[in-house]
Amino acid sequence: MKTKKRVVPVVSAGSLADVAFLLLIFFLVATTIQTDSGLNVLLPAWTEDNTTQDVENRNVLSIIINSENELLVEGKQAQLSDLQARTEQLILKEAESPKLAIVSLQNDNGTSYETYLAVYNEIKAGYNHIWDNESLRRFGQHYDDLDKRSQIDVRKNYPLVISEVEPSSIAISQ
Amino acid sequence: MSKFKKKGKKGAPAITTASLPDIVFMLLFFFMVVTKMRDSEIMVKIQVPNASEIQKLEKKSLVTHIYIGSPVDKYVPQLGSAPRIQLNDQFAEATQIPLFIANEKTKVVRAKDRDKMTCAMRVDKGVKMGIVTDVKTELRKIDFRKVSYLATDLGDQ
Repeated sequence: MKTKKRVVPVVSAGSLADVAFLLLIFFLVATTIQTDSGLNVLLPAWTEDNTTQDVENRNVLSIIINSENELLVEGKQAQLSDLQARTEQLILKEAESPKLAIVSLQNDNGTSYETYLAVYNEIKAGYNHIWDNESLRRFGQHYDDLDKRSQIDVRKNYPLVISEVEPSSIAISQ
Repeated sequence: MSKFKKKGKKGAPAITTASLPDIVFMLLFFFMVVTKMRDSEIMVKIQVPNASEIQKLEKKSLVTHIYIGSPVDKYVPQLGSAPRIQLNDQFAEATQIPLFIANEKTKVVRAKDRDKMTCAMRVDKGVKMGIVTDVKTELRKIDFRKVSYLATDLGDQ
């Protein structure tokens, strides 16, 4: 018996590459490698009992933000733009030693997050500026270019201490 | 008469493109696996504030997100437009945060890395501090203190 050879039609695979490329390009475009960036903060430790620590007034820069987003620095109304200079002044001049300097930040429940973050940003800017100057003086390099160990070394002399007072319990002695 | 027939045409043999799809598919699968489409649908409207002193978040696998903002239009009829907290794919109260964090911690395989976890707070700039403070308090209570307030760089604006 003779079997007829069946002719299998060849499917052209040439366009398969095109299809795959199309998909590939879609995924390439759709991939958004987003990098989040933000203000890094270490929250204060939680303590049940509200022990107040007595700190000498000259070592503290008290900043209060009310619900109208207005600033009160050391009991006087102030502008956001002054904050960085005030922070640096506290650390370098007012405080007994930079290690003892504390920024006390208190906000109202009605304060907008934007203002709060702007204030936090200014305080950090003050510290960053001082850290940068210090590392330029000691290592001749910018703070960002230093390795981790040197950074910690620089920070040790100018520790960033931001005390956040509970919004409900106002306890700042002027 | 030669035994070996010369082929009629001489020239470069055609390179078969049959394996091209395979290569492209391999690339495709690579990108499909690597692509991480947004991990959760964001159900709150968030426009993060600007800041200048920001740092990049490094280890993505060690970052936990908390979103705070007004619900998007779709949810306004049911929930109103007051700011809400979103954890994973649902709206939540601040009191649910300890459980949420505990869950996130189990996702990190190496116990050593769990201390390095950071909580990225993506908060709308119009939100009042009250709700943010609630979240902060919950985080402090469970001693999860590394927080990053996400912001956009002032320089980019």
